[in-house]
Amino acid sequence: MNWELIFGQLQWTSFVFAGAILDPSLSEFIASGAGSIAVLGAVAVVILLTVKRWWVPLWRDWLTSVDHKKVGIMYMVLALVMFARAVIEAALMRAQQLVAYDSAGFLSADHFGQLFSTHGTIMIFFVAMPFITGLMNYVMPLQIGARDVSFPLLNAISLMLTVAGAILIMISLVVGQFSTGGWTAYPPFTGIEFSPGEGVDYWIWAVSLGSIGSTLTGLNFAVTIYKKRCPGMTLFRMPLFCWTTLCTSILMIFAMAPLTAVTVMLALDRYAGFHFFTNGDGGNMMNYANLFWLFGHPEVYILILPAFGVWSEVVATFSAKRIYGYTSLVYATMCIAVLSFAVWLHHFFTMGQSANVNAIFGIATMVIGVPTGVKVYDWLLTMVGGRIRFSTSMLFLINFLLTFILGGLTGVLLANPGVDFQVHNTLFLVAHFHNMIIPGVLFGMFAAVQFWFPKAFGFRLHEGLGRASFWCFAPGFLLAFFPLYWLGMMGATRRTYMWSDPEYLPWLALAMAGAGLILAGFAFMVTQIVVSVRQRDRLACPLGDPWDGRALEWSIPAPAPEWNFAVLPDVTSRDAFYEAKQSGQAYRSPAAYEDIEVPRNTATAPLIGLFACAWAFGLVWHIWWLVAVSFVLMWAVVIVRSFNMNTVEIIPAARVKAQNEAFLAAARAAPGVPREQEMTSDNRGKALPEALTARAGAVPAGRAVEVLS
Amino acid sequence: MSVSERLHPGVNLGATDPESHEAAEEVVFGFWIFLMSDLVLFAVLFATYAAMSVQGIAGGPAPAEVFDLTAAFVETLLLLLSSFAFGFAMLAMKYRENARSVLAWLLATGVLGAAFVGMELHDYYVMITAHGAPPQASGFLSAYYLLTGTHALHVSSGLVWMVIMAVQIAVFGLNTAVKLRLMRLALFWHMLDVVWIGIFTFVYLFGVVS
Repeated sequence: MNWELIFGQLQWTSFVFAGAILDPSLSEFIASGAGSIAVLGAVAVVILLTVKRWWVPLWRDWLTSVDHKKVGIMYMVLALVMFARAVIEAALMRAQQLVAYDSAGFLSADHFGQLFSTHGTIMIFFVAMPFITGLMNYVMPLQIGARDVSFPLLNAISLMLTVAGAILIMISLVVGQFSTGGWTAYPPFTGIEFSPGEGVDYWIWAVSLGSIGSTLTGLNFAVTIYKKRCPGMTLFRMPLFCWTTLCTSILMIFAMAPLTAVTVMLALDRYAGFHFFTNGDGGNMMNYANLFWLFGHPEVYILILPAFGVWSEVVATFSAKRIYGYTSLVYATMCIAVLSFAVWLHHFFTMGQSANVNAIFGIATMVIGVPTGVKVYDWLLTMVGGRIRFSTSMLFLINFLLTFILGGLTGVLLANPGVDFQVHNTLFLVAHFHNMIIPGVLFGMFAAVQFWFPKAFGFRLHEGLGRASFWCFAPGFLLAFFPLYWLGMMGATRRTYMWSDPEYLPWLALAMAGAGLILAGFAFMVTQIVVSVRQRDRLACPLGDPWDGRALEWSIPAPAPEWNFAVLPDVTSRDAFYEAKQSGQAYRSPAAYEDIEVPRNTATAPLIGLFACAWAFGLVWHIWWLVAVSFVLMWAVVIVRSFNMNTVEIIPAARVKAQNEAFLAAARAAPGVPREQEMTSDNRGKALPEALTARAGAVPAGRAVEVLS
Repeated sequence: MSVSERLHPGVNLGATDPESHEAAEEVVFGFWIFLMSDLVLFAVLFATYAAMSVQGIAGGPAPAEVFDLTAAFVETLLLLLSSFAFGFAMLAMKYRENARSVLAWLLATGVLGAAFVGMELHDYYVMITAHGAPPQASGFLSAYYLLTGTHALHVSSGLVWMVIMAVQIAVFGLNTAVKLRLMRLALFWHMLDVVWIGIFTFVYLFGVVS
């Protein structure tokens, strides 16, 4: 019996627990502990679902759903789960670097290498990407007045491919090792000669699945924005979040393909002995760097642009003022999107090309600071003269403005090739990109969760705990990463697992303290969600407009009904809902209702995800029968689905009418809350229009309002 | 907007089947975007080939030594003729709504496409056995096989898609969904022509000349 035919390269020693038995050391115990947490976590979820009898609802209402709102929420859940893992890995790395002064610390070099590789890969592909994709999924169709995205099933397939990639990375905790090549996986180190194991293959297939999912998402959202806007919603009436979604989608369409190509080439090198990136035989690893960053730099803007959209919505809403310089923000977004394709070379100034090439890319990089600067001024000027409420989202915004500018300045420093040669590959760089991504993207997504959570679930998040998490996250970030700038200037290289320079110690200790604060912030955030769910009656805002919102998504109930809009809105201006409230046109009954067509639930997407995951697992372990079978099954699902011509169902007009009229009647009857009571239980989701508040003379304009609950 | 103002590139159904034309707007636009993304993939492969066909030869066989221009020319004719046949299939679908003639033209397209893939596989076979030029021999050959292989894989999946569409025509007749799928398959098929013209010019002609 040839076991290799059945199990490929999988052996019992591949399981992480075998390491702890064969080589008992702290490093191996930590690896086994992480593996156990993954296994126990999965078991706990299975038990919970069984005990609560949630299997059927989970399958029927969520996994098989193609509703953009549910797909969006599932993306966000995925992002939070993966964030939990990657942030703990970050804390472990900080701890290792702290104790590894003149000693080996408690992690082996290989284990440390796996940690920084999974941390980076997860944070980019399975935290940041699902976060922004989930948010765009939930918010964008509501903001343009659409009932769904253009291709709902394709949307669900994107989600399930991303989930398949994430599951593959989780499996790597238990079965085998992950790559030690960092999130960029540069060859020749990641070639078969120097990384013969399964680790790089895990990276390749997890990233490829995520990459294909994102390509499809970009396509889907771009078509949605071009073709599905409601009547009157011209491009220049769209909320800014839709503009940033459009630019991000376009970037995804163009930038994900090079990543797919480069992972396939690396796979061919490793599996079939090709010579794309090998040493010798005509291979050229710098081509990898080019292709990877041809994806990688636009990727940075794929992540930050939706966050810029969030900031634009947050600052306008919580300043109770129209966004300053709408048109300039649109053009700035477009400029950034275009320029993002012209700077990729700054990731490898040290490659050895001529100084003139470096100079051109250095200048192009600095030029990106201009449209970004325009945005910062626009946000600042939006606040000027506004009636600012310091809600959690707004605190994140102010923190973003302060810290992001510092990160941008260090970016301009790095854009100078001369400086870059000095700090290349040091912790200075690590500090810089964390300085952009954490206050910009991650906190942007946290602010977005605080902001749109009530729309998705019908109740607000607990404000006090939100602020507590902010006051841990914001200083935690500063403590964790500003010392790294200093360390980088002192010459500390990145991805190093032990030290011998005593001068590093105090800075590493500060960074460790920062990591602790970030973990505390995350704990507060989880607590906030749990407490808010428990107190959901007190925090409920079923009338859908808790923040005196401006765009169309606030004009419908919370949580949003399956069909989004009972009747497609007709828009005549920017900030359509806000204008309607001001002129007393909001909450009017439509003249007539029609039947609504919605796509039926289908098992297609989760099945594709399942077989894609099995396919990738088979490839990682060279289990060829599994590769063949799951590949055939994956496409069989697609083909079978294509023979199903009965994919939509009709919601009768009477049902839509009953539900919508009940909502409108409740909204009209509700008194509405002024902004200073926004965070109290009086806020049921109907805002008192500001014009009326001002007339009542409750709060003079220009005064900041304290809103702590 | 009137129907005529909402034309998209390629065969439009506005004059003969306004209902399908309406439905086509979104899906065909989406498919154009998909093709654009797919072309970026090919662009990356072309760029890689451009670098590696010069710098990646590594003492192995050079382009001029391994390419058979006659075979590549015949392949070009086969693929262009297949696109031509697909054009007739689309016209039959649009004006005659005749499932039988659509199927006949699709069969012609499929046979020509299959002949193309068969010839290309034969090319590979000759290169590997007679010229000692497998993809593992050098960076240049790795890039060559990836570029042409990705194209061949696209053509092959187009053939599978064609078979499925033939079955769907037989099962459902030419309903809106089937028509829209045929329109997208046609775009896909023509795009592969465009890519092949690039390959024929840039890889084969240019390679043999230099």
